[in-house]
Amino acid sequence: MKTYTNTGNKDTRSGFGAGLTELGKTNENVVALCADLIGSLKMDDFKANHPERFFQVGIAEANMIGLAAGMTIGGKIPFTGTFANFSTGRVYDQIRQSVAYSDKNVKICASHAGLTLGEDGATHQILEDIGLMKMLPGMTVINTCDYNQTKAATIAIAEHHGPVYLRFGRPKVANFTPENQTFEIGKAVQLTEGTDVTIVATGHLVWEALEASKTLHDKGISAEVINIHTIKPLDDKAILDSVAKTGCIVTAEEHNYLGGLGESVARVLAKHKPTPQEFVATEDTFGESGTPEQLMEKYGLNANAIIKAAETVLKRKY
Amino acid sequence: MPNTQQLQDLTTQVRRDILRMVHKVNSGHPGGSLGCTEFFVALYQNIMDRKDTFEMDGIGEDLFFLSNGHISPVFYSVLARSGYFPVDELNTFRLINSRLQGHPTTHEGLPGVRVASGSLGQGFSVALGAAETKKLNKDSHLVYSLHGDGELQEGQNWEGIMYAAANKVDNIISTIDLNGQQIDGATDDVLPMGSLKAKFEAFGWTVVTIEKGNDIEAILKGMAEAKSLTGKGKPVCVLLETVMGNGVDFMMHTHAWHGKAPNDEQLAIGLAQNAETLGDY
Repeated sequence: MKTYTNTGNKDTRSGFGAGLTELGKTNENVVALCADLIGSLKMDDFKANHPERFFQVGIAEANMIGLAAGMTIGGKIPFTGTFANFSTGRVYDQIRQSVAYSDKNVKICASHAGLTLGEDGATHQILEDIGLMKMLPGMTVINTCDYNQTKAATIAIAEHHGPVYLRFGRPKVANFTPENQTFEIGKAVQLTEGTDVTIVATGHLVWEALEASKTLHDKGISAEVINIHTIKPLDDKAILDSVAKTGCIVTAEEHNYLGGLGESVARVLAKHKPTPQEFVATEDTFGESGTPEQLMEKYGLNANAIIKAAETVLKRKY
Repeated sequence: MPNTQQLQDLTTQVRRDILRMVHKVNSGHPGGSLGCTEFFVALYQNIMDRKDTFEMDGIGEDLFFLSNGHISPVFYSVLARSGYFPVDELNTFRLINSRLQGHPTTHEGLPGVRVASGSLGQGFSVALGAAETKKLNKDSHLVYSLHGDGELQEGQNWEGIMYAAANKVDNIISTIDLNGQQIDGATDDVLPMGSLKAKFEAFGWTVVTIEKGNDIEAILKGMAEAKSLTGKGKPVCVLLETVMGNGVDFMMHTHAWHGKAPNDEQLAIGLAQNAETLGDY
């Protein structure tokens, strides 16, 4: 089976920062806004290099989203930056009316998504944001898996006309996808070929899925791992092609199983090819304080959880 | 540029449009629309430097954003009568498959509208963003916006108002329709806001008050003063004191017609008080 090498743990938010730095050099229409979290979002470089195109809005996320919508009028491409919770739940109506319904070319870039922001606890750990964003008509929803892919996605979304939600995180996670890759919105990436079970994962759970596939391989189970970086529009074909071979599927994400990737996959399968599915996701719960590793273990979001889900779904296969 | 009489004639015609639009579908918001008719007519006919054809990006022209989107009848009528789309299309207001949605939107591609509004309190931020882009583009044209007074109860406004002064967004003229009414009653009864002039000044804005907000001459004078105050490092706010329901006697000085359409008899009375000038749609 094909294997992947972690070239060293890096945070996905730094991938965003690096992508934004690149865009600053290559696209003069790109502007950036931040609500008092420049360091956390790794927007320092862009701010230093392009002060005239950088807007510190203070702790005022609603105003930030509206400003971004207005800035598109006249051709700018605004990238907003704050934590995922304050990028979505706090400003849902502003995104809905001023951005999505108004078809504004705003890129909502959200760090510290999910449980892995860690010790700050549930007030800051949103597990509902993918659901909130994917329900908005016209919104593209992207959840990247590592530093390299986040950098590539940041660059790619500037070329895509329309509102985008780009989700990434705080902790350092495995960096294993190619440097300077081309990022294709809406196109799943098949990482390993397998015949027994399909594992589709998003975000840093993709690495966990690869780790799980190695253990499964040792147990004689052939897993096909697919990186779903774009949750909307979903690559239906990649999923259906894979389950046509394997006949069962595990979805893995750092998000509530209500509203997340798993539900989107289940919709595709229910319509085209009903298939046993297991969900690696949080189960309708808030998070809590702890280290990222402790939280991933407690809430069942790691390689072990994926192995267990694969074994369960295999038993349901008929 | 039209003279005062021509503006008056258009104002009367727009009033007829508003009444007929909301009557036909038995819904919509005539009160605030009637109160802002003179302002819209003056803005689109005399005050704004705008292009004849609509382009979303609006580069090289003044822009207008309506934040209190429920007064769409006056917005649509003035847009149509300023040439953005056929006047006949006012017949489709609030009907299925229409570009003239209950609240303004870009979604159906209606020329003249640059952002959706209706959920209140979002227009300051959007207008400020457009003003920032004008500065980045070295476009010396202005951004105008209109907001309800009751709408200022939404917190997002004050985020934008604070941002504007801090960042010296001095290419914007934001007008507050100070009619003292909102759905549930007088603003002073629902949630008194104190002195808006003092509030805006405390937030670092330059404030111009137009006491006769339903008088075309007073609007032109006040807005000219506001324009002369742009480019001086501070955002400019116009407090436009209007009468809700202006021009239809039984709709004036009350919140009762905020979101209610006249019946056949009431329509006839309203139209009789506003004789046809430029031809009904």
